[in-house]
Amino acid sequence: MDQPLPPDHPGSVKGQRRFAAFRQGLAPYLLSLPAGLWLLLLFIVPLLIMLSITLKTCNPASGACVMTWSWGEFPRVVSLYHAQFVTSLIFAGAATVIDLVISFPIAYWIAFYGGRKKNFFLIMLLVPFFVSFIIRTLVWEFILSDNGIVLHFLKHNHLVPAGFHVLGTGFAVIAGLAYNYLPFTALPIYVALERIDRQVVNAAYDLYANRRVTFMRVIMPLAVPGIFAAFLLTFIPAFGDYVNQEILGGTSNTMIGTVIQNLFLIDSDYAGGASLSVVLLAISLLGIWLYARLLGSRTIEEYL
Amino acid sequence: MSETPIADGTTQRPERPERLSRRPRRLGRYVLPTYSWLVIAYLVFPIAVMVAYSFNRVTFGLQLVSFAWNGFTLQWYRQWSNVPGLTSAFWLTVRLALVSTIISTILGTLLAIALVRYRRRKFRGKGTIEQILFLNIAAPEIVIGASLLGLFVTFNLARGFLTLVLAHVAFSIAYVTVTVRARLAGFDRSLEEAAYDLGANPLSTFRRVTLPLIMPGVLAGALMALALSIDDFVTSNFVSGSSVPFPVWVYGASRVGTPPQVFVFGTVIFMVGIAFALLSLGISRKKS
Repeated sequence: MDQPLPPDHPGSVKGQRRFAAFRQGLAPYLLSLPAGLWLLLLFIVPLLIMLSITLKTCNPASGACVMTWSWGEFPRVVSLYHAQFVTSLIFAGAATVIDLVISFPIAYWIAFYGGRKKNFFLIMLLVPFFVSFIIRTLVWEFILSDNGIVLHFLKHNHLVPAGFHVLGTGFAVIAGLAYNYLPFTALPIYVALERIDRQVVNAAYDLYANRRVTFMRVIMPLAVPGIFAAFLLTFIPAFGDYVNQEILGGTSNTMIGTVIQNLFLIDSDYAGGASLSVVLLAISLLGIWLYARLLGSRTIEEYL
Repeated sequence: MSETPIADGTTQRPERPERLSRRPRRLGRYVLPTYSWLVIAYLVFPIAVMVAYSFNRVTFGLQLVSFAWNGFTLQWYRQWSNVPGLTSAFWLTVRLALVSTIISTILGTLLAIALVRYRRRKFRGKGTIEQILFLNIAAPEIVIGASLLGLFVTFNLARGFLTLVLAHVAFSIAYVTVTVRARLAGFDRSLEEAAYDLGANPLSTFRRVTLPLIMPGVLAGALMALALSIDDFVTSNFVSGSSVPFPVWVYGASRVGTPPQVFVFGTVIFMVGIAFALLSLGISRKKS
């Protein structure tokens, strides 16, 4: 390097400084500007508009809304639709508990005994996602229908009475929710179990803990953040779900998602639909806030 | 770890290899594997039903999926494009998924780079952006769809392909960013600095050094966005208007009767997706 570098050459001291200044100064803002703008205009602004709609009074016939700063919409929709909130709570809660029970052993098995086939088993866990959500639910409608594979077999062998049916009941909705959201439960639990340092488990054995004690006092406490994350990641979408209810649940057992969708798309009651959406969002955020308070705000993002 | 050297230079006790896999006997060897395969069978079962019924003959009346098994036929594969609404909905979904994947992958990758590279001190608002991303992923989808409908109605934007793209990018960016960020975490900055030292400008450094290194993460993010867009029903149902994507069309048709071609499309999409997944699995195994 005997020859002096031209002053604007990037390798020169001046050039290096310029790049350093560029990289460290404006760069993060320029890099995040497009995505940030998109999220601001198409995620934050819509949420704010929805909040403002809840404070408006709408004419149901014309759909025109006037800002009146009235908070009356919240008590009105909550008293009108509290039954649907309770139904959603029960269905989503039952599906989430079933998913937690089903997925813990398989997540445990893959994490501790998956060996070289771990990735293969993870793809098998995700296999439902390769079929459209709507088609998955439609297939369950076929399977659970009165003359479908399962009930036909049971009725043919007189294991259930001929008039027995599942489709159109809450059980069908819970079954559909449990199937559709199972991967959301299994993956966070798997991540939590996979992360447990094997030396910690071995230490428990070295200290003469038997398998049951090791499981209860070492593995379970370390899996708790994952189990709680799995609970939230399953419960929140299941709570707002309306597809399973509309396809599998028939006309009864309406969930809150169905109400919101009908208020927006059929009744054009934007104020009512927006208020219910805000309540739904608030319930979800409450769950996340509880998680952050109990287990630390950074940990849940690790399971996304 | 347990080999603590003591004074005479020997180790305190010999390492016991593979304790964890040796200890569990019946549970690990028989019960858990059997159970796990049963769960996998449960997950695969509806898919098998879908594939089987894409080959089911229809004996009488309207060409709709019937539950009775009437015999094997390839009719629906030969006549895959016989339902006009379904075919156009499918192509709309393909176009929509490609456009929104390209946009959200570019925007999400740039944001992920900014989030991985720069600490809070150099990047004011980083925490806010992270919280917005998290909120975007955690919010129930019906809330996102409903709020976008509110936005488009407020600004009198006609619902169609444009609103679908706007919405799909809006819910994909966060997933792309999170995926790319996770893959970027172990990125070695010194490689870029070497490029600068060798006289490369920022653009060519990015193109020739950074991009090839982060490509696996970007591809994973793009696949995520593609899958989300193809499968989305809830948000699309709110913002689609008269241009109906595949899931929305299938849902509408199913309330009257499902044409067997729906299962043909479902089967083909499933096969393509699984092929991609197994291919990427094979590639990653070969690399390691």
